[in-house]
Amino acid sequence: MPIRILSGSVGFALAAMLALPVSAEPVALPDDPEAKGRAIAEETDRRNRGFGDSRASMHMILENAYGETSTRELRSMTLEKPNPDEGDWTLNVFDKPRDVDGTALLTHARILDPDDQWMYLPAVKRVKRISSVNKSGPFMGSEFAFEDFSSTEIDKYGYKWLRDEACPEPVADRTCHVTERTPLYEHSGYTRQIAWTDTTDYQPRKIEYYDRKDELLKTLALTEYNLHEGKFWRAHDLYMQNVVTGKSTRLTWESFEFGTGLTQNDFSTNALQRAR
Amino acid sequence: MRSTNMLAGAAAFAALATAAAADPLDIRVRGYVEPELQAFVESGNVSGQRRWNASVATEVSFESFWDNSNQWIVVKPFARLDLRDGNRSHADMREAKYARAIDNWEFRIGIDKVFWGVTEAVHLVDIINQSDFVESIDGEEKLGQPMVMVSTVQDFGTLTGYLLPFFRERTFPGRKGRPAFDIPVDDNQTLYESGAKEHHVDFALRYANTFDIWDVGVSYFQGTNRNPLLLPGLDAGGNPVLVPFYAQANRVSTDVQATSGAWLYKFEGFWQEQLNEQHLQATGGIEYTFYGIFDTPSDVGVVAEYVWDDRGANPQNPFANDMFMALRWTPNDAASTAVLAGATVDLDTQALGFSIEAERRFGDDYFVSLEGRFFANVPRTDPLFSYSDDSFLQLRIARYF
Repeated sequence: MPIRILSGSVGFALAAMLALPVSAEPVALPDDPEAKGRAIAEETDRRNRGFGDSRASMHMILENAYGETSTRELRSMTLEKPNPDEGDWTLNVFDKPRDVDGTALLTHARILDPDDQWMYLPAVKRVKRISSVNKSGPFMGSEFAFEDFSSTEIDKYGYKWLRDEACPEPVADRTCHVTERTPLYEHSGYTRQIAWTDTTDYQPRKIEYYDRKDELLKTLALTEYNLHEGKFWRAHDLYMQNVVTGKSTRLTWESFEFGTGLTQNDFSTNALQRAR
Repeated sequence: MRSTNMLAGAAAFAALATAAAADPLDIRVRGYVEPELQAFVESGNVSGQRRWNASVATEVSFESFWDNSNQWIVVKPFARLDLRDGNRSHADMREAKYARAIDNWEFRIGIDKVFWGVTEAVHLVDIINQSDFVESIDGEEKLGQPMVMVSTVQDFGTLTGYLLPFFRERTFPGRKGRPAFDIPVDDNQTLYESGAKEHHVDFALRYANTFDIWDVGVSYFQGTNRNPLLLPGLDAGGNPVLVPFYAQANRVSTDVQATSGAWLYKFEGFWQEQLNEQHLQATGGIEYTFYGIFDTPSDVGVVAEYVWDDRGANPQNPFANDMFMALRWTPNDAASTAVLAGATVDLDTQALGFSIEAERRFGDDYFVSLEGRFFANVPRTDPLFSYSDDSFLQLRIARYF
């Protein structure tokens, strides 16, 4: 499951104790390339199931082709929706840049339909329902598009396994499944994505994004994986490079917390106005 | 400087609330300082009005959250110092509140700001806070409102009750202030329908919910109307002035937005009873966004709204039969550049208003905004006639900290 950026894990100790030890034990995959591609995504998804809710802090450094940088900071909360027909709920609250301090974005994700999304503008205390068809638009001026952040529910894509090969650096000693994913939802900026999934832990190591003309647009490197709650892998460093413009964004995660007791009440439009 | 007793009260409240909290508080301080320059296209037709003006504003927010973010205090004073207009030099406590969330309930006490509504051009149903009119004539800047608020999120929707024990008078520019009415507003003579004056206890109730693509709000307000009638009068020197009169009003309002793909459909309207008369006002329209135009990251949004008043053209409401059109361009760049250009046409008087707002960030901490408002073809009969010589350009440079 690629950029499961906005997710977390189960909090209670019991769940952690019952969790399978992480191992390289082989996963039985079908031979048909399409079925195999989907099975790889399902395995990634299975390994992330049951995280319940999570909180984390995000730091982004945007760099343009001339090396000039600007920073973004936000805090993110996620509520897992166990029903596979429903997407997870997320609430992002911005700290920096300071002129958008307190601005918050609430997303109730769906699978193929557009997500329900509200924006809170603290200067005027206004909650605005916003259109969510802007999947391909840049997130806060970064090289990440909104769709790169949305929770990667399995049914959002069609899959095709391409090959197995050595994983990209810094884990070149491992083997990766290389899978092509085709967005099935409307308004995607991509014709397809190619994902390198580590066969040892089923975490994505690299993703290539192809634009609407099917030309390579961006590459994402996912590194600094940490295991949380003994069960859930999170990449703490995501480096997105736009190969067309030369711009890049480095996104780092810190302070992951799991099972913090968040409920649906914390993801209402009321909560949007008090999120901190 | 005005509202100083209000500031003192709020500060005392904040001190009390801080003392009440058990844990030593982690206080987060944020804010901005923002110099402003204004240039007026024409000389004013009131003596003392100048072609240019300078001022500086600051707002600081002190925030503290504790109890797993279920309790918090926010204190947010604002002040402006204006070169020309003593009325525009003012201070206001925008917020000074203690709030607490318990399960699906939320309580707030103190000074706060509340927004209701969905449309862009006018904000008909938004009534809790008074407009800080010297800050902006678009009515989007608000004065802090003392209140007790209780809100609950239930399966049937969100229900919120407001008790508003103190009324805030609208701010108006002084004789040298611009943009301003040609006849100045004299708020030393302010009149109220209620004998309790600004101590009349107002009350409001709001229901809001989301049904799939529909976001719906229904509200009730009973109390002192925030929008004054301006009555002709004389000041102590015998000069003509406008005297604000605040009537008691009962108002039922609704605001609805449907969000379908790149289309937003919006409606706001209210029924109001005031001074033994009943009337209706409504506004509605569409917003459509072309995302990623010409295969760039740029978006272009189109807003079209119509405003209506069942009393027809009347001196109390400049927007009785008006059309508003706007274009918004957002390149989605790292500087968060945005440009909004709009035009308002009064379909009764053919008066025209144009506005342009452009803004972007410089570095990480500077935010620059340029705003222009231009009036044209405004006949004497239009309530906006007073502004017709007050077209202006305004530059603000905010330094955030």
